Amino acid sequence: MNDMRIVERDVNANEIKIKGDKVQVFYGENHAIKDVDIEIEDKKVTAFIGPSGCGKSTFLRSLNRMNDTIDGCRVEGTISLDDEDIYDKKVDPVQLRARVGMVFQKPNPFPKSIYDNVAYGPRIHGLASSKAELDAIVEKSLRRGAIWDEVKDRLHDPGTGLSGGQQQRLCIARAVATEPEVLLMDEPCSALDPIATAQVEELIDELRTNYSVVIVTHSMQQAARVSQKTAFFHLGNLVEFNETGEIFTNPKDPRTESYITGRIG
Amino acid sequence: MTDATANQPSNSTGKTSLFVEDARTKKRNAAEARFKFYGMLAVATGVIALVLLLISILSQGIPAFSQTFMRVNITLDEQVLDPSGNRDPEEIAKVMTFAYDPIINNSLQSLADELSAEHPEVTASALQGMLSKASKGILRSDVIANPDLIGQTVEYEFLANGRIDGYLKGRVDREIAALDGNVTPEQLDIADTLVEAGKLEKRFNWDFITAPDASELRPEAAGLGVALLGSAYMMLIVFCLALPIGVAASIYLEEFAPKNWVTDIIEVNISNLAAVPSIVFGILGLAIFINYMGLPNSAPIVGGLVLTLMTLPTIIISTRAALKAVPPSIRDAALGVGASKMQAIFHHVLPLAMPGILTGTIIGLAQALGETAPLLLIGMVAFVNNYPESMFDPATALPVQVYNFTQRSDPAFVERASGAIIVLLLFLLCMNLIAIILRRRFERRW
Repeated sequence: MNDMRIVERDVNANEIKIKGDKVQVFYGENHAIKDVDIEIEDKKVTAFIGPSGCGKSTFLRSLNRMNDTIDGCRVEGTISLDDEDIYDKKVDPVQLRARVGMVFQKPNPFPKSIYDNVAYGPRIHGLASSKAELDAIVEKSLRRGAIWDEVKDRLHDPGTGLSGGQQQRLCIARAVATEPEVLLMDEPCSALDPIATAQVEELIDELRTNYSVVIVTHSMQQAARVSQKTAFFHLGNLVEFNETGEIFTNPKDPRTESYITGRIG
Repeated sequence: MTDATANQPSNSTGKTSLFVEDARTKKRNAAEARFKFYGMLAVATGVIALVLLLISILSQGIPAFSQTFMRVNITLDEQVLDPSGNRDPEEIAKVMTFAYDPIINNSLQSLADELSAEHPEVTASALQGMLSKASKGILRSDVIANPDLIGQTVEYEFLANGRIDGYLKGRVDREIAALDGNVTPEQLDIADTLVEAGKLEKRFNWDFITAPDASELRPEAAGLGVALLGSAYMMLIVFCLALPIGVAASIYLEEFAPKNWVTDIIEVNISNLAAVPSIVFGILGLAIFINYMGLPNSAPIVGGLVLTLMTLPTIIISTRAALKAVPPSIRDAALGVGASKMQAIFHHVLPLAMPGILTGTIIGLAQALGETAPLLLIGMVAFVNNYPESMFDPATALPVQVYNFTQRSDPAFVERASGAIIVLLLFLLCMNLIAIILRRRFERRW
């Protein structure tokens, strides 16, 4: 069944997965995102870069309506997933978030066993009808999270007992367990050491075959390493959005150039 | 500010040795040492106060748990108790308590005869004054419960009079007895004789914990049974009502309610409610639960409801604090995998907040357990001699019982008041223990 979906998605490759049109985000009076138009392609890694406070995380969180949980946050314009406006009144954010998974900056496993961490999403969405099916989903997700070999013998140990890098990969496994179509990652490596970072980056590259990945990062090297497209945000504006190679070698906008050469940021 | 302007000590090279403490460091270290000393002083004050309190309560209260009993052989005379001889319970019940007086007197007479050969001071009338006035009542209810005893000679252990009990506990001596109308120095001599003869004995007295209260005439029979039951009923009501209501209100206010002026006002009022003097809740309970709703006076149900109102703000405030303390990353994680808000709260936030919620609940319950003032207003201060069979029957509560005991003139009640405080503290300790065990269960690392 899942294979079918993958085949179907292959046909749609290079198609637009998420489309933002004149997106504005406000925190109360504060205009955090201004007029952002963006087209995020399927089966590619898109990186958001930019100085702190430029709104890249805010924009990322508005892609699966995580901003709804923040008081006084308001989104205008349209963001559509497969041509359906996700801010439409009829859309339940819970259903949306099952299709657009998220990995956070700080590894945040539930204080439960490794198994329960991964099984939680499938359980609440009713993806498994039996224990065996659930076991299979957990194993597949942990394999996709590239952590199966490390934890297969201690699935019932607490997830919080893992190292930081393992925890983050567990969170990625948890996010993919609900079979999302898009995976949003908010600085997934900022709390990790270089070795764990390398593992997670490798994992992101593998995930690209199944998902469309959007990653916010502070590290330009990381953006260059893992992404195919890069968007540069500055003071709430989307300054430049292009092929990653183009952005880093031949930036069009002087602000992008100053940022990647280290003059602002 | 002063750091920047103060002069730096320096020698000719502008460097100071690390081995020499400069003036500023000395001052700072001295300030730190002073603060540590003040802190230790504060802790010591608290510890000393606690120790003094415990010593005073324990030294006064522990004697209340033992009581002096007099061993007497009672011959239950058929002629007096059941003249018709057919053991009809109804006829036996017709024999009034005062009819048991001669039976006890006869038995005491034979005890006096037995001992007076060596100790001429032992007389039946003196012995009579040494028995508790509760004795004949106990004898009568025993006979009614078990008519087969009639005609037999049964060994009874009756409570000794409060003064004799006080003599064995060292509270009464001959000097006091000479001034006291209730006991004579001769009776104290007789008490010594009886102790030697093994007829008078001080031992642990379960009745202090289980028996109902007794009037001022027989302090030796007074117990805490009704008060304990009343307190237990009320704690049950408070726990069953305040915990779910408080937790539901906090979850709604903390997680769901929109932040506007209505919720602001509610929040301010909850905080204020926590500071309202408890007696105000008593007046409220009197007006609403008794006068308006017509619930019975002195009943644990009313007490429980009043204490619930009093405890709610405490539970709500601590529950909200516990919910706030759960890291938002856990909420994000749950929402991120597509849990609804309610799933995120009930599956993840609430279990993590549970230890804090339980702590708040126990603090609230402990407050409610020790509360006296509102209970006085709803009539739980009454003298209640019967065990409450349900939450609607009259009862008292432990703190009110302590208050009641201290109001009475007989010195035997002083030790009983302290004893009641010990029971109250033990009750509290048990509750805390349960809370700690529950908290351990819920406690998890994150």
